Amino acid sequence: MPAISMTVNGEKVCGDVEGRTLLVDFIRGNLGKTGTHVGCDTSQCGACVVHVDGKAIKSCTALAVACDGATVNTVEGLATNGKLHPMQEAFREHHGLQCGFCTPGMIMAGIDIVKRKGKKLKEETIREELEGNICRCTGYHNIVKAIQAGAAKM
Amino acid sequence: MSDTGIGARMLRKEDHRFITGKGRYTDDINLPGQAVGYFLRSPHAHAEIKKIDIKKAEKAPGVLCVLTGEDAAADNIGGVICGWMIHSKDGSPMKAGPHPVLAQGKVRHVGDQVAVVVAHTMAQAKAAAEMINVTYKVLDANVDPVASQKRGTPQVHDVASKNTVFEWELGDKAATEAAFASAAHITSLDLVNNRLAPNAMEPRAAIGSYDEGEDHYTLYTTSQNPHVARLVISAFVGLAPEHKLRVIAPDVGGGFGSKIFIYAEEVVCLWASKRAGGVPVKWVADRSEAFLTDANGRDHVTKAELATDSNGRITGLRAKTIANMGAYLSTFASSVPTYLYATLLSGQYNIPAIYAEVDAVYTNTSPVDAYRGAGRPEATYVVERLMETAARELGMDPADFRAKNFVNSFPHQTPVIMCYDAGDYGASQKKAMEMIDYAGFEKRKAASARKGKLRGIGFSNYIEACGIAPSAAVGSLGAGVGLWESAEVRVNPVGTVEILTGSHSHGQGHETTFAQLVSDRLGIPADQVAIVHGDTDKVQFGMGTYGSRSGAVGMTAISKALDKIEAKAKKVAAHVMEASESDVEFKDGSFSVKGTDKKMAFGEVALSAYVAHKFPTSEIEPGLKEGAFHDPTNFTFPAGCHICELEVDADTGVTEIVDWVAVDDFGNVINPMIVEGQVHGGIAQGIGQALTEAVVYDEGGQLLTGSYMDYCMPRADNLPSFKLGFTKTECPSNPLGIKGCGEAGAIAAPAAVMNALTSALGVKDVPMPATPQNVWNAMAHLREAAE
Ligand code: FES
Ligand code: FES
Repeated sequence: MPAISMTVNGEKVCGDVEGRTLLVDFIRGNLGKTGTHVGCDTSQCGACVVHVDGKAIKSCTALAVACDGATVNTVEGLATNGKLHPMQEAFREHHGLQCGFCTPGMIMAGIDIVKRKGKKLKEETIREELEGNICRCTGYHNIVKAIQAGAAKM
Repeated sequence: MSDTGIGARMLRKEDHRFITGKGRYTDDINLPGQAVGYFLRSPHAHAEIKKIDIKKAEKAPGVLCVLTGEDAAADNIGGVICGWMIHSKDGSPMKAGPHPVLAQGKVRHVGDQVAVVVAHTMAQAKAAAEMINVTYKVLDANVDPVASQKRGTPQVHDVASKNTVFEWELGDKAATEAAFASAAHITSLDLVNNRLAPNAMEPRAAIGSYDEGEDHYTLYTTSQNPHVARLVISAFVGLAPEHKLRVIAPDVGGGFGSKIFIYAEEVVCLWASKRAGGVPVKWVADRSEAFLTDANGRDHVTKAELATDSNGRITGLRAKTIANMGAYLSTFASSVPTYLYATLLSGQYNIPAIYAEVDAVYTNTSPVDAYRGAGRPEATYVVERLMETAARELGMDPADFRAKNFVNSFPHQTPVIMCYDAGDYGASQKKAMEMIDYAGFEKRKAASARKGKLRGIGFSNYIEACGIAPSAAVGSLGAGVGLWESAEVRVNPVGTVEILTGSHSHGQGHETTFAQLVSDRLGIPADQVAIVHGDTDKVQFGMGTYGSRSGAVGMTAISKALDKIEAKAKKVAAHVMEASESDVEFKDGSFSVKGTDKKMAFGEVALSAYVAHKFPTSEIEPGLKEGAFHDPTNFTFPAGCHICELEVDADTGVTEIVDWVAVDDFGNVINPMIVEGQVHGGIAQGIGQALTEAVVYDEGGQLLTGSYMDYCMPRADNLPSFKLGFTKTECPSNPLGIKGCGEAGAIAAPAAVMNALTSALGVKDVPMPATPQNVWNAMAHLREAAE
């Protein structure tokens, strides 16, 4: 089994994985960080979105070995010194979550949208950019608001 | 109003753990030594099992055990049941075929579970499953519910001849026929209510764990009602008595009905743990498995007719529905197309005569049961599509036609069981029309036409019955359980409070709203209140969350228990303050003695109750803990008016919803922010039904929509932002005056979309989902006219 190492939420981690092990399974299984979720098996739902070397990816669609040496950030790594990231705070303030299952992926995707599109986001842009994230609970109404507000505060 | 009391837009207490990745869903839990369960499932829709050879698989690396239906029978593991008895017109009981936890002799739908492999790793389990050799004799499949009852259609269950589970009726047939015979006009529609996959984003999962030393089982499961799961697994499956089985439903990632039911996999994980020598067995559905095995929703084919007199008044309604139950009767399947459906066919209207017939049929498809709204969306779709169509045929404005026929005195007894207790349907419709600027529609339509777009507007004036439900009433209609709720209030000596509730939150925000109720009543901050739910070892019993019942029923139980807390605390306070009990008042969190400046905070009284120095314990027991069971006296009847405005691109058939107004009457509201969120989510699911979603099987019973590549979930860019408004008539049947809001959006939305779409296209019907292709086909007449 290949040994891999990466920096996850600022911490050096390593582990032995099979060649077929997915990044999400490494994060959830080996590292015990269960904030990153799995909602589908066709790379559609976005519950598994994490940042790898600064870019949002679907961790269900990347092999752990392919991320050897990478810097990975998950939802658990967003708050610093107990202070929530503005995007996390915005989801709470705007009721952008109900069951919470899609939420980590939504927050990680939201931050990535801001990185790519800037802090002033139009509703239409957010809706288009969320193409790869499914939420069954909220009807997206408050998620869109939360991302807009979170973006402005980032 | 305080920041945390009833009516406050308090932010959710549960959010912190979810936004920081610290939620604890079933798949996040790992027990020491845990193995995985993998289900070998049927690739055929309908086949006899001639032989299952597991020898090779049993010896495969890492395998702890391989179990089949034969093993289940040998261990006396019963099947899962349907808990609602429906009788046919002729008085005969419904025909429920057996539903073993692993197939015995026959498989009845693609995905039916045939065997389970328990192994150390998933890779090992899957590899071993490949080695199981099943010899099938493939049979013809029965897939189309409409053909299901015809002679020559393959039989799904021997007990149900012509695949008929029941032929049920409701209402006065003769009176309805008479109304139609003398009608000035009859409107008729053939409607298909498309089959949907609930798709909670968290797939179902279970961990079964058997403790040999105690002969005790623990089940972690994605359930909306852990106590009912325990009851069924104990009393019907017969796995273990209730005191030997603990069921825990931790954080659950959405349910929408699909996690009410007791599924075979949960039972098998428990049983397999025992068979594997006490090793915990975990199973997590992948999405493909969810599409094959989660109970679906809707799937009705209906012929509906509305009779009107020469003044535009409704004189009768009749409907004949075929309801697809799938291959097995799921836990509450039989109640959905009957008492949750036909009892709402009066809509918001005075309809003197109603008659409904429902044939429930088996097919070789996965089971169908309650999905958000359960029966009431189907009823609303029938009524509201009929209303809009009739208005058009009569040349009346649909709003006027509705207003003319509204029920406007209460209580109102409909001809189909329900007695509406309060409402103001005219007020909701008026407000919704103002909010969407109904008067300006023609102008907007003309503007759309200049851009080459067809614009339409459609109403849906839904009513639903929720706050489910008075126990004796549902018992008389066939329910196997009572539908009350329980609550326990534990006041700690320091004055903080724990609420144990039988309701279960899987997105609804109970940790917040229930705490608001307590904060309001006891005058303590909401952060001094903890809500405990979802564990049969902690909460004594409960009926769970579905049918928008946690507010009206669950919170009323809490409210009753709080009454008892207040009464006892008053007694304690009276002794401590040396006053007569009748002079003690409780307000804003403190007890005071009338006409004096004596005062005690709630927390001080709590402490006194536990210290027990200052009252006679022969009269008043120490401590401060009370419980209550609440059985509602009636359903609650949320109602409202949703208006959809949309544009169709005549060149592509693409429909875009450009405006949405929802005005709902939910009675009193505990937390408007949470209620709005519930409405948004419900509307999105309803729009999904109308425009994008459908479960489709091919003729051989293979599922064509087995992933998110093929089953089109509504995405953010399929939906608009929603404009919400509220009107209020208090619900008279519970002390909080609340009605329930969880399902309203999903109930109202499909008819609003389809009424708008048919108005845009000038056609009578478009099949749901109105995909660009279906819309394109429905526009053929426009293209012909243009040529
Ligand atoms: S789990 Fe990665 S996209 Fe669904
Ligand atoms: S909050 Fe439940 S899926 Fe998005």
